[in-house]
This record gives sequence, structure tokens and C-alpha cells, in this order.
Amino acid sequence: MVPDHIITSEEEVKKLLSHYSITTEQLPKIFHDDPAVKAIGAEVDDVIRIVRISHTAGRAESYRLVTRRPKK
Amino acid sequence: MPSPKRIGKIEFGLLSPKEIREMSVRKIIWADTYDDDGFPYPQGLMDLNLGVIDPGLRCKTCDQKASECPGHFGHIELAKPVIHVGYTRLIRKLLRVSCRACGRILLSPNEVEKVVGTDDDQTGDQISEKDVKKERICPHCGEQQLKINFEKPTTFSEVLVDDGKKVEHKLTPADIRARLEKIPDSDLVSLGINPAVARPEWTILTVLPVPPVTMRPSIILENGQRSEDDLTHKLVDIIRINQRFKENQDAGAPQLIIEDLWELLQYHVTTYLDNEVAGCPPARHRSGRPLKTLSQRLKGKDGRFRGSLSGKRVNFSSRTVISPDPNISVTEVGVPRAVANEMTIPVRVTSYNIEELKQIARNGPIRPTVNAPCGANYVIRPDNRRLRLGADNLETVADMIEPGWTVERQLRDGDVVLFNRQPSLHRMSIMAHRVKVMEGRTFRLNPAVCPPYNADFDGDEMNMHVPQTEEARAEATILLSVHENILSPRFGGPIIGGIHDHISGIFMLTHGLRHFKKEEILYLLRFTTIEHLPPVTKEENGTEYWTNKQAFSYILPAELNMVFRASSCKNCDTCKKELCERDAYVRIFNGKLESGTIDKKAIGAFDGQIVNRIIRQYGMRRAAEFIDDLTKLSIRAIMLDGFSYGIDDADLSKTEFGQIEDVLNNAVLDVDRRIKIYEDGQLEPMPGRTVEETLEMQIMQVLGKARDQTGQIAGMHLGLGNSAVLMAESGARGSMLNLTQMAGCIGQQSVRGERIVRGYDGRTLPHFRKDDRGADAHGFIKHSYKGGLSPTEFFFHAIGGREGLVDTAVRTSQSGYLQRRMINALQDLKVAYDGTVRTTGGRIIQFQYGEDGTDPTKSAFGEPVDVKGIVESILKEEV
Ligand SMILES: [Mg+2]
Ligand SMILES: [Zn+2]
Ligand SMILES: [Zn+2]
Ligand SMILES: [Zn+2]
Repeated sequence: MVPDHIITSEEEVKKLLSHYSITTEQLPKIFHDDPAVKAIGAEVDDVIRIVRISHTAGRAESYRLVTRRPKK
Repeated sequence: MPSPKRIGKIEFGLLSPKEIREMSVRKIIWADTYDDDGFPYPQGLMDLNLGVIDPGLRCKTCDQKASECPGHFGHIELAKPVIHVGYTRLIRKLLRVSCRACGRILLSPNEVEKVVGTDDDQTGDQISEKDVKKERICPHCGEQQLKINFEKPTTFSEVLVDDGKKVEHKLTPADIRARLEKIPDSDLVSLGINPAVARPEWTILTVLPVPPVTMRPSIILENGQRSEDDLTHKLVDIIRINQRFKENQDAGAPQLIIEDLWELLQYHVTTYLDNEVAGCPPARHRSGRPLKTLSQRLKGKDGRFRGSLSGKRVNFSSRTVISPDPNISVTEVGVPRAVANEMTIPVRVTSYNIEELKQIARNGPIRPTVNAPCGANYVIRPDNRRLRLGADNLETVADMIEPGWTVERQLRDGDVVLFNRQPSLHRMSIMAHRVKVMEGRTFRLNPAVCPPYNADFDGDEMNMHVPQTEEARAEATILLSVHENILSPRFGGPIIGGIHDHISGIFMLTHGLRHFKKEEILYLLRFTTIEHLPPVTKEENGTEYWTNKQAFSYILPAELNMVFRASSCKNCDTCKKELCERDAYVRIFNGKLESGTIDKKAIGAFDGQIVNRIIRQYGMRRAAEFIDDLTKLSIRAIMLDGFSYGIDDADLSKTEFGQIEDVLNNAVLDVDRRIKIYEDGQLEPMPGRTVEETLEMQIMQVLGKARDQTGQIAGMHLGLGNSAVLMAESGARGSMLNLTQMAGCIGQQSVRGERIVRGYDGRTLPHFRKDDRGADAHGFIKHSYKGGLSPTEFFFHAIGGREGLVDTAVRTSQSGYLQRRMINALQDLKVAYDGTVRTTGGRIIQFQYGEDGTDPTKSAFGEPVDVKGIVESILKEEV
């Protein structure tokens, strides 16, 4: 049910950011205490690749930046 | 373009009395506005220092005229402080969490840290009332605290316990202010207040800003009397009471009178700020109308935010009732001559069009008939002076026109306009049509474009907008044209197509095999540019005949190939294909309808298989042509035979009534039998249900089945010769259930999916015995709409009908609000050139639009590619 979450290497992140010409700030976010983040042991400021199996696209990749959940 | 800026922080603060005095240009002491000569009183509410509204005068502060002066604030020194209603909750909180003697927070530093966290590690929480226990002792000075009572709108009191009796001691605004002053800056931070911009005592007003006259202008009525703005009225009240208060105070009036005046001042200031406070009677105008004071100007749908800032009104628009015209194209809109004469398009004069525009100017502002050439209402000189065209100056103005002038030409046939119906729920709610000037007072539209607008002709009104620039017209034609919007992004199929009589008509035309004489086929195809009739299929007694399928094939593009099943297909286990007795197997071979009936599935809005295929194969424009042809053909087809429905069309014969009677009687007996079993305690409950629930379900089932049986009996009797059956079968309107209820039996009425149980003690109506579980006692209607309901049945029907009304009312309001929130959240997202979905700040929302980068408009009913349709159209065979 839960799609694959993988920590991306530093080079990959660099490539990703230059490909979309963005900074990490512009990536979608995921909180550090998200169960999926905890499961793969990702740290704050890591970028996670999420691979979903899609009915229409076959394989859909997306990326999220791990951020600290703000206290209320 | 300036580079985008990020908002670092937003600061909310209070105006301090010092700031209010500093920004004030004049102390206001007089309640009067104008003297007998109509001149503003100095230091009155309309003082010339506060800005000017009368055209001739100059502002005493900035020396500018009424049009330039922005207005300036004044101030009123209040005799005694009063509470600002907007901050009563904050005041209550502060009184409850701070010490009545020393003003410190009633928590030890440790307790504060527990909530707020340390400087380095802040929790983001602030101290709330709940964190402080009531009536505790101050940890800083040991003072016993008292309970603070708050009574709406602005009364605060301390509760003293004296000899076991509770005594309320009222706190005056001055007392409260003194207490708030004592709270040290350092304690405010943990309460979520920045003392640099908002000292708590500033929530108690000692000086009141007087807004500039520009935001409360007085108007002069027809009888020459001045009428003041509601805010001015309120300020007059405040100054009067304030003045009286001061006088009494100086004269050493008794405490009781002072208190009364203080309360009155508080009331006026409260209603000046907000005239809809709970527990406070609204201040009223002499006429009895509640005054519109500061808060009322901002709040709500017509308030400053939703009404003035987010809401926009436009020029070059018109609105009137709509009515149908199947003879105009779906891409056209019929515009009343009166509207076309009023609405204009500016055309710049060049050496190429000067003669044409001169003629238009000569035609003047009145167009006598729809076929007359358009005129013009204004011409604009190069210096932007507008010259109105009237009967007297047509020739002179026309002769003056030179290149560089602009002529505001009236609408004429073929102009692009935007057409809209509210609520604008999806993008097809605004489409570009071509103008067709018509007589009459309504906008005319082809009924085939009703579905995207969700319009009908029971009094609906629509709006028309006239684009004023070449860019706007280009955008309208390229993006908003009706033929560009046949496909809906909602489901990837055509949303424009035949409705109602189009479907009935085309069904009547194409069902089975019919032969038409020459006059008939020519009548059907008269709207086309037909030059040669298709080959004759039958000759009898010297008369030539053409088939109905040939008539329909004529409007199909050649080379169209498709196979599908019509709406009337009953999904038989083994399809007999071309031999289907319902003629539901549609096969189009090289643009010829070989077999099958054309109905909703083929050409209806939302379904439109043929329309869909034409769009994919021949493009939108051809599809629009097809829809135009189709609407005309089907309307002629339905007129060939005539089509109507009357009360006697729901008539059945004696045999059917007998059968229906039998079915219903048996069902009622069956219900009674089951009730008997239940009452004897013999009923076996279904898994997971109580005995009662089981019985209810059984009864509902039995009665439901009985109703369906009556429908079948009626349906057997009424064939396709019955208009209602034909409409249900073709998908034009209504269902067999509607027919069942008209001719057979209405059936069980329900509330929340259950039989009707509410009413009196143990029964629904006094007409029944207590605890009667029978069919008729709980809302089963065995009559039909045609036959007529009994009084009890009628009552149950009203109960059931009401639920439907309530449901729709609730659903529309809920979905409307949901839609509003969705639009607010999504409105600025767009698909960037690299395929990502981004916010205006360039933040990525999706890496591929919809994860697959597919435009749902171009999808095949949600699927990325219509493999089956493509293969079939090439193989010309069903696969
Ligand atoms: Mg309506
Ligand atoms: Zn001024
Ligand atoms: Zn204290
Ligand atoms: Zn069939």
C-alpha cells in the first residue's frame, strides 16, 4: 500500500535541483516524524524519492524534502 | 519586472493613545457638523482639517482639493476610558492570568517554561487561561486572586466571597486599565503579545480616533437636506455623551449619574465599533434601521473584503433572460437588437477602414431592424475627447473622422462575445459565441449548449461580455469558443450534445427501418446544402423511397467507422448484433449507419460516442458542425411524426389494473404474513441484525419487488408508441421508474432509507392502530400518480418529498462552500513549461501534472488512450 520511499544521494539531489532549476525550498515537504520517513531512517534536510505505481503513468516519481514538524 | 519578495513577518499591533494623538490633525470637541450656511464648524465632525468632500473647498491640512486630499484623522479625548469591544476576550484572558496586586503572571517561571519552553527551544505555545488555576495565590507577591466574571458585551467584575456569600464587584474600565498597566513587558511575551507594538492597556480607549470625512461623506438629498453617514451619526452620539459626562464630572455630580453616563459612553463607543455585538441592542437610525458601523463595513459578503476588494464589477456586459432557438448554431448566441445597439466595440480608424467606419458613424446610434447595418454610439478623437453621435450631428462628425480616431461601433453579426451563466462552476460556464442580432428581448441559444451552462429556460438569466481589444477577442476565439469546449476536462468526453427532444427525435428517426418519400426526406434534410440525394433504396408503385438510416447518414462524415451499443441495449447474454430486435447494435461503416438506433449514447451530452469519435478523427470544428446538423435534423424528425404526452398516455386497460391490484394485494398479504411470523416470535434474524431490522428489511424488499412488478405490467402494455416509454428507452428524459409511478404504483416512501416511523405514540397517524406494522401504516403508496393518492398516502408522500428537498438544499450549500475553499487553495497553481505543477513562488506541487502529465480533456473518458475505439475505427469491425 505505502509506495517506496528512498533517501536520495547528494549527487542525485544536485541533479534534481538543477534539472528543475529550483532550490530545496521549492520541493514538496514531508515531516521528519512521518512514519514513512522514520521507517527508512531519513534525517531532516534529506530528500526522499517516492515511487508510486500509477494506473495511467505506470511509474510516477516524486521527491520530498524532510522538514521538522513545526510545534503547533 | 520587480523580483518576487518573500514575506518575512507580519506584525499586528495596537494604536497607542500617543500614536492616535500624533496622527490626529485636530481635536474634535463639537458634535455639530455644518452651520446654517452649510459651512463646516471648526473642531466639529466635518472640520476642514479632516479633509474635504465639497468640490469647491480646500483641505486645511494638505491644501488640496476634494479629489486629491486623502483625508486626515482627528481625535476625541474621552472623559473616562472605555473598553474596545474587539478586545474583550484578550482583556478577560489578561485579567484572569495576571495578579490583581502586582500584575505578574500567576505562574512561577518554571510553570511558564513548561508551557512556552526555553528561549532556545520554544514550543510555540502561549500561556492560556487554562494554564492558570482559578482563584490561586500569586506566586510573586502572595496575593489571593479573585474570580473574574465577564458578561457580554463589556462588563467585567470580581467575585468576592463575604461570609460565604458571593458578592460581585464591578470593575470600571479605569480599574481594568490600571491593572493591565501593571503587567510587565517581560511577562507579555509568554502571553503571545509583543509589548513593543501592543501594550495591553491600549485595548482600553482613552482617546478615540475620528476617521477622515472622506470615509464618511454626507450626501445632499433631493430636497436640499444634508444626510450624514452612519459613522458620523455615531460620532455625534459619542461626542454629545462625552461632553455631558465631562460637564457632570466637573460639576461633581453624584457617583450614580457618573456611572450611568460612563455606561452610556461605553455603549456608544461599542456600537460605533461593532453594531452587532451579542448582548447589546444595536444602535438604530431614526427610521429604525440598524446603523452600519465600522465592523459592519468590513464583515460579510458585501463587506469591504469579500464585496469590494475580492469582488469585481465590469463594464461592457449585459444580462437578460435566455430562451431556446434550435435553428441557430451552437457557436452562436442570439442578441436582442436593443442590447446590440447599446454595446460597442472600439475600432481604430486607419486609411484602410476609414470609409467603412465613416458609414458606420453615419448610420448613427439607432439600428431600425436586425438586418440593418450596425451604427456607432460614440467616436473618440485622438485627444481622447468623446463625441456622442445623435440624430443632429451624424454627418458633421462622420466627415471629421480621420485616421487615428476611434469609432465605437455597435455589435453586429459575427462579433465575438463571452457568454456566461452563474454559478460559474467549471470553465465551460463561460464560452465565446458569435453574435446574431435578433428581434425580441431575450438571449437566444441552441439547446445543445445548455448542459455546459447547466441552463434551462424556466426564467434563467445569462450574462454577455463584449471583449474590447484585439488580444481579448483573439483569446476568446482561440481558447473560449464553444467548439473548443465540447470536450469536458471533467470526464474526457463531450459535454455538448443532444438533449431531450434531440434524442427523442433522432431515436424516432433512426429506430428500426423506415422509408421516406421524396418530400419527406427533403423536408428532413432541407437545412443542409444537399445537392444530390443518396441512391434510392426502394421503388413501389412508381414512388421512390429512401430509408431513415440514409437520412441520418447524410450528416455523418464520410469514412467514419464505429461499432457500439445504444442506450436501449439490454446487455443480452449473447448479443444478436445486427439482428437485435431492439435495434440497439449501432454499426457505422464508411460514414453510413448500417444498423442500430441513434440515441443518448450516440449523440447525447455527456455520452455522445459519435460526437467523441468525430472530435478525435476530424477535430472540434467538424464536431460542432455535426452537432448543429444533428439538432436541426432531430428537430425536423420529431416534427415529422409529432410528439406529445397527455394524462391519458398513462392509462392502462382493465386487465392491467386487475393484475396490478393482484400483485399489490399479494404483497400486502405477504407483509402481513411476515408480521404474523414476527409477532409469533418465529422470525429468524439475519446475521448481524435484530429481529425488527430483519422484518423491516423483508417488508421493504417485498414491497419494492411488488412496485417493480407493477412497472413491468405497465411497461408491457405501453410500448414504444407511448412517449414516456420512448423517452425512457432513448435516454431523452425520465426512466421506467417514473413511468411505474405514474401508471402503476408509487411505492414505499422513506425517510433516511427506512419506512416512515415518526409521528404519534406507536403510530404514524391517528388513522392507524397502535403498533400496526402493516404496509399502509408506514408509508407504502399503492396508488399511482395517475390514479391519485388517498389522504394518508398523500401525507406520507409529502414526508418523503420533504427529505429530498432538504437534502438538495444542504448538499448545494455544502458543495458550494467546499468549492469555494478548493478554488481559494488551487487558483494560482499552474503547469509550468517543464510539466511540473507549481505555485506562483515556483514551488513544486506535482512533478508531472496529475502524475502522468495527461490532460483529462484529451483523455478518453479518463483512460489515456482509447485503444478499442481506434482499432475498431481502422478495422471497421468490432473487436
Ligand atoms: Mg432554471
Ligand atoms: Zn487634506
Ligand atoms: Zn502578585
Ligand atoms: Zn441487443
